[in-house]
Amino acid sequence: MKPFAFARPADAAEAVATVATEPRAVFLAGGTNLVDHLKLGVARPDLVVDVRRLTSREITDTADGGLRIGAAVTNSELAADRRVRERYPVLAQALLAGATGQLRNLATTGGNPLQRTRCVYFQDVSTPCNKREPGSGCSAVGGYTRYHAILGTSAALPDPTAPETCIATHPSDMAVALAVLDAQVQVLGPAGARTIPFAELHRLPGDDPSRDTVLEHGELITAIDLPPLPAGARSAYRKVRDRASYAFALVSVAAVVADGEVRLALGGVAHKPWRASRAEEALRGGPVADDAVRHAMDVELTTAQPQPGVDGGNGFKIPLVTRTVVATVRDLTQETQA
Amino acid sequence: MTELLEPRAIGRDTVRRDGEAKVRGTATYAIETPVQHPAYVHPVQATVPLGRITGIDTSAAEAIEGVVAVLTHENAERLASTDDREFAVLQSDEVAFRGQVVAVVVAETSELARQGADAVEVTYAEQPHDSALRVDHPDLYKPEKINPSFETDTAEGDVAAAMATAHVTVEETYSTAMYHNNPLEMHATTALWDPSAEVPLTLWDSTQGVHPDRAAVCEVFGLEQEQVRVICPFVGGGFGSKGTPHAHVFLATMAARAVPGRPVKLGLTRQQMFSLVGYRTPTIQRMQLAADRTGRLQAIAIDVVEQTSRIKEFAEQTGVPTRMMYASPNRRTTHRLAALDVPVPSWMRAPGECPGMFGPEVAMDELAERLGIDPVELRIRNEPERDPETGKPWSSRNLVQCLREGAERFGWADRPPAGHREGAWLVGTGVASSVYPTMRQATSTARIRYEDGRYVAEIGAADLGTGAWTVLPQIAADALDVDEGDVEVRIGDTRYPIASVAGGSSGTNTWGSALTVAAREFRTKFGRSPADGDEVSGDVDQASKDDAHAAYAFGAQFVEVRVNVDTGELRVPRLYGVFGAGRIINPRTARSQLLGGMTMGLSMALHENSVWDTRLGQVANHDLAEYHVTVNADVGDMQAHWLDEHDPYVNVMGSKGIGEIGITGTAAAVVNAVHRATGIRIRDLPVTLDKVLTALP
Repeated sequence: MKPFAFARPADAAEAVATVATEPRAVFLAGGTNLVDHLKLGVARPDLVVDVRRLTSREITDTADGGLRIGAAVTNSELAADRRVRERYPVLAQALLAGATGQLRNLATTGGNPLQRTRCVYFQDVSTPCNKREPGSGCSAVGGYTRYHAILGTSAALPDPTAPETCIATHPSDMAVALAVLDAQVQVLGPAGARTIPFAELHRLPGDDPSRDTVLEHGELITAIDLPPLPAGARSAYRKVRDRASYAFALVSVAAVVADGEVRLALGGVAHKPWRASRAEEALRGGPVADDAVRHAMDVELTTAQPQPGVDGGNGFKIPLVTRTVVATVRDLTQETQA
Repeated sequence: MTELLEPRAIGRDTVRRDGEAKVRGTATYAIETPVQHPAYVHPVQATVPLGRITGIDTSAAEAIEGVVAVLTHENAERLASTDDREFAVLQSDEVAFRGQVVAVVVAETSELARQGADAVEVTYAEQPHDSALRVDHPDLYKPEKINPSFETDTAEGDVAAAMATAHVTVEETYSTAMYHNNPLEMHATTALWDPSAEVPLTLWDSTQGVHPDRAAVCEVFGLEQEQVRVICPFVGGGFGSKGTPHAHVFLATMAARAVPGRPVKLGLTRQQMFSLVGYRTPTIQRMQLAADRTGRLQAIAIDVVEQTSRIKEFAEQTGVPTRMMYASPNRRTTHRLAALDVPVPSWMRAPGECPGMFGPEVAMDELAERLGIDPVELRIRNEPERDPETGKPWSSRNLVQCLREGAERFGWADRPPAGHREGAWLVGTGVASSVYPTMRQATSTARIRYEDGRYVAEIGAADLGTGAWTVLPQIAADALDVDEGDVEVRIGDTRYPIASVAGGSSGTNTWGSALTVAAREFRTKFGRSPADGDEVSGDVDQASKDDAHAAYAFGAQFVEVRVNVDTGELRVPRLYGVFGAGRIINPRTARSQLLGGMTMGLSMALHENSVWDTRLGQVANHDLAEYHVTVNADVGDMQAHWLDEHDPYVNVMGSKGIGEIGITGTAAAVVNAVHRATGIRIRDLPVTLDKVLTALP
């Protein structure tokens, strides 16, 4: 743990300017992840900028029939909102599948998607990690990989010493739901405001696993917009984990089923919330019987790379995620027919 | 045969005497001890699993304003005894396991101590390490004894011959994972070294025994017992990991001696606990069962392989319950250890019986299946009349009654068929037996004094959250033949007479026996109308003792498991336990103990698993986000029941230990239920969803 300065700017613009001018500055919102990282030495900022009171804590209806969620809205508030529960059950379910009541009371809309991987090696500063310390190598490859990625992993695999190697997963449940809902992220940065499609917010490890998102230093999420779903659409989130509560996903599925369309996003399988667009394409316009969904997932998973490991590896995620998608779509379809 | 105390306070559902202070937050734990101007201590841990320290640069740490001292093997005091290499902290440049403490930083605040610890630069000459346990490890050896002093191997008759000729056999290998005790209260010590004081060293330590704690500290530092006081009124759980002191107690003491007159506080982090406060060894259990066509065992054998650390031996007595559980003419138990470059294993709730009731109780289920005999009935058919190990009669053995009552309560006779499906869930039921020996320690003394119209009893016992504060007054009241409200029992301080460790489910038996001796002496000496200040002591060794009988608590656990047909997720809607554990002193605290044990057993079945990273030589999932323990949502209806058991041989309370039996057998019952639900026999814990996926439709 290292000392840092603490700032409470008057507004979001000042917060952005403050962080932008200090290379080792970070924003603090709910703190449910950052404070852990401060203690563990994973985060070593010189300046912590408190933005908890600087963005909206309102959920408002938008002109197109969607919702705008202020970045300071807590996960608890969002999950409890009647409009969210009625129009976007996938999001309410995802929020309630994450963390605990105490954590959800603190965690925010802007902060939750920016939480960092729970890779045990990322969190242990005594081990090499390309995400935490670029170029140091990857301890996860060949290690404890149960919670690690099978999709979108870096091309350097399985070389643990390559600077590109990273098999971390993104831990957020909420983010998987936002990915399937085609949410838009409102960002304020040193160069002004911009909008980022949620599906493009998070990165694959590529050649720089240390970067989780496309946000530039100093950019602050101010709101997240949800476009309306097609009329009659059904949505659900299903999270499969090692215990019934308070555990990160082994795999998770956010699904939207509408007339002639199935949308799927997967959690626990990649460095980012994984929009299963190949499977969606395979299912477009056709029937959504179990066999068709299973086939679509086979298409989606053709590039999957199961990881060996000291605890038996994570090859089980391939059948598990397929079975979970099939069951989730089946439930939604039967719901629609009923 | 002992005449039991007339139960008046004993058996009453009285509230916890310490409950209000705990709920209100006024009960102080070791790290919270109010002391003047404390300094804080943070350890620096080795980042290599084996090697030597080649350089240790403390200058950056010492340069931090607020850092008071940095202790390393180069400047730390030389200890009086380094015989116990776990306790011999900062004495050499050797690193024997990753996570070993190589320095401590003493600073004005805990944050500065952490910062200072981060700033200590250590370089190592790393050596190739070996931390992987395997059944064919080339260096397996036979320990002299197993914990605490059992024979390592036993044999009777000819198991091989019985296996060759029996109607049915089971020969399978089972394994349990590495487990960490993980009490909620993290290990902590507040220490004050004041050379000018009459008692120079005071330790406020979270411990399962202030006297054993003091004895170890005296030995290591070369101090007399009169020079050390250990205080511990409250403990937030220990599960064995506070049964002996670990490195941090000696580090805190050393740090205190480096800043005389100033108290220091050392609280381990959760992550540090995964290498510094003991754990349960993984076990590999090769089981052999042979039976005739009626299910009567012709042979039972267990060959155990497990690990210890290279610097200190701990030999878990995993095969011991197989020696006494069921009747069989041919029997064998063996234990072999691999000494690895790993942290030091130690006691964890029901060492021996907990892992040792896994393989055998799953094997019994496999045998029942092969014979086509109900698993409850199979166990009943193998009930031994006497202890097969010693030939002694049982003080009381009500396993059969536990099985029958459990089956009745659970609705075992009407259980659904194998592979039964309800909606999206496969449903299975399973049973296993539980056992734990009834132990009494050799040393404990209670002092009773008549003071201001009340009886004050003092004994250095420990309450780990288990109920000692509450049940000891109940025992003392009945022994003195007075109202419970007229008795106060004080525990948790070496100023009180010596008490044994709270371990082996022996606390109530041992300390309660000492209290009853003291009460008897008190009445003999002072009659029923004592004067203020009248005082007497009683030792446990004066209590009636029975060596002619084999004394154990028994139980049976019944589980309903549901396995999701799509995902393999496992849930346990019902877990029932029925126990024969002698007379229950307090049903409220007893139920908590039994349910707590069963929960921990369920946790072992489904979740707990310290994933050992053989490359790094450490536990990969070393925090409570990743090391899963069972949560409420995993389980539905949990019930603990007990028989009205009258045992005239164990002690005058008629009580057996209840702290550990609940964890024994649970995991086997779960595995047996999962098999009935899915057809898959999982022999390696934990039972996780990936292991059942292939069996799903």
